[in-house]
Amino acid sequence: MNNVVEISEVSKSYEDVKALKEISFEVEKGELFGLIGPDGAGKTTLFRILTTLLVPDSGEAKVLGMDVVENYREIRPILGYMPGRFSLYQDLSVEENIRFFASVFGTTLEENYDLVKPIYQQLEPFKNRLAGALSGGMKQKLALSCALIHKPELLILDEPTTGVDAVSRKEFWEMLHLLKHQGITILASTPYMDEADQCDRVALMQNGKILKISTPDEVAQSFSSTLYGIRSKHRFQLIQVLREYQYVKSVQPFGESVHYADHRNDPDTDDILRYLSTHGVEDAEIKKIDSNIEDTFMELMQQEESHA
Amino acid sequence: MNAFKGFVKKEFKQIYRDKRTLLVLFGMPVIMMILFGFAIRNEIQSAEVAVLDLSKDSMTAELIQKIESNPSFDITHYLQAYNEVEPLFQKGNVKAVLIFENNFEQKMVRHSSAKIQMVTDATDPNLARLLQAYTSSIVQDFSDDLNPEISIEQAGLSPEIRMMYNPELRSVNLFVPGLIAVILMLISALMTSISITREKEMGNMEILLVSPLKPYQIIIGKVLPYLVLSLVNVFTILLLAIFVFEVPFEGSFILFFAESILFILTALSLGVFISAVANNQQTAMMVSLAGLLLPTVLLSGFIFPISSMPQVLQWISHIIPAKWFLEIVRSIMLKGGGISVLWFQTAILVVITLLFMGLSMKRFNVRLQ
Repeated sequence: MNNVVEISEVSKSYEDVKALKEISFEVEKGELFGLIGPDGAGKTTLFRILTTLLVPDSGEAKVLGMDVVENYREIRPILGYMPGRFSLYQDLSVEENIRFFASVFGTTLEENYDLVKPIYQQLEPFKNRLAGALSGGMKQKLALSCALIHKPELLILDEPTTGVDAVSRKEFWEMLHLLKHQGITILASTPYMDEADQCDRVALMQNGKILKISTPDEVAQSFSSTLYGIRSKHRFQLIQVLREYQYVKSVQPFGESVHYADHRNDPDTDDILRYLSTHGVEDAEIKKIDSNIEDTFMELMQQEESHA
Repeated sequence: MNAFKGFVKKEFKQIYRDKRTLLVLFGMPVIMMILFGFAIRNEIQSAEVAVLDLSKDSMTAELIQKIESNPSFDITHYLQAYNEVEPLFQKGNVKAVLIFENNFEQKMVRHSSAKIQMVTDATDPNLARLLQAYTSSIVQDFSDDLNPEISIEQAGLSPEIRMMYNPELRSVNLFVPGLIAVILMLISALMTSISITREKEMGNMEILLVSPLKPYQIIIGKVLPYLVLSLVNVFTILLLAIFVFEVPFEGSFILFFAESILFILTALSLGVFISAVANNQQTAMMVSLAGLLLPTVLLSGFIFPISSMPQVLQWISHIIPAKWFLEIVRSIMLKGGGISVLWFQTAILVVITLLFMGLSMKRFNVRLQ
């Protein structure tokens, strides 16, 4: 049994909103699996089903071979769950929080200190501070320590880096890699595309559906056309003008440049530049670039929307 | 078991850390007790009274002196003629005027009957009624002392009133049981419902549910600290009542505390039920205040007697736990009632408690939603 998580055809609706539409995927043992998608894609619902907090309307979900509906009692102790909202006790100190969760899961801080040490060590200077007074990144580290304290086999993290500064985000992912090397399977969601590279495999989610599951590299490379990066000082005008171009397929602003793809198999870059300069964008520079995950995701989302 | 212990420890810590709430929890009973005990009173204390003695004989003098010496009355005016009565009331200087008919003593001796007229200012009907009751009991006493044989042979019917268990009609005696009920409702039901819904609202429940803690452990862990707090408060109120307000305590302390614990459990089960239904703290608070606290104050007989309510409200009062608890506590404290007379009320509380405990256990979700 190599799959820690097995989900097949899981659907879930809230009243008239379909949150999950027949989702299927597996997470292998020891994998760091990322669920990437915008708010409202269904990530939290999926996690709540996996953590046995919600029952799917149809389909089957298994954690370590156990059904999330029937065997919820057996599943709960082996899960480490970090909900999307900071759900530690703000009026308890850092140390009290971690000791509380340790005791609730039938263990002690000392017993599993080695496991949480790399994370908890950073918090120890503030161990008497109330959790409510911690910074966003610190809170998430504390929440991770608390979710880890009972040595779970599967760690489920719902948007652990949302609302956290860039440096702390990076640190956070480094910690997840450390945990992965200790053999813990990790399933994390994030709305940030740039975090996808941190995962072994990612699933792109949108409107309750999984658009693609693959390794980050494969996802990035699966962009269907040749991609160009176009730069200009007049970025806004550039985007407007490009969207009117006869061969245009997609125009996405991306950092300082604009990612452009068109319908021709082998686009003529000179023709594009000529078109731009006749329409008032004279300083444009164009070069062929590699697609990244966001490009693929945008493309998949557009396809999905035109299907619907 | 360690998980449960850790949970209870956390609860105590959280309550202890919230100093403001703690102050309210322990301060409120004392403040309410002092308010009800000193400020809000139903009994009369030195009410201003005028006397119009048309007879001026030894017997009226004696009677007037008797009234004067009663702490409830304060004779401020001695009138000479009947036409002085009305202006005095107009000015609002006196609450009542006592008028002795002429030849009072003579009539008393000859016909063993004489008349005293009492005019009261009924703009405050409660006060007027109380003054009447007080006066007639003083006059009754007087005529009993005067000539026991005569009074027995007296023609005509005159009611002999005896106030049992609370002869001075002290309102403190009545308020203490009610106050205990209100405070227990407030702390047990309101605080538990808020504390459980807070876990839901803050998202902590998600983790608690995923933990190996069982639902009943979460509920008991939530409830236990408030049980302790409530008991401390019962104790404070009782001490204040007995030592500061000299409320009599006729019955058994053990029974009193046992019944108090039962009522606390009733309130806690209501609180847990509310939190199982409500999804956020605000709803929980509104439901507790409107659904529990108001009926406890208004419909339990704490302030307004149930017997003078419309029939519909009287029926409703039967399902209010505080009504039964009030009957129990009043009986234990003032009449020395034992379980043999209180088993019915106790049984009702037990049934209500079990009902709501069962309901909330059923409603308590092992999942979200």
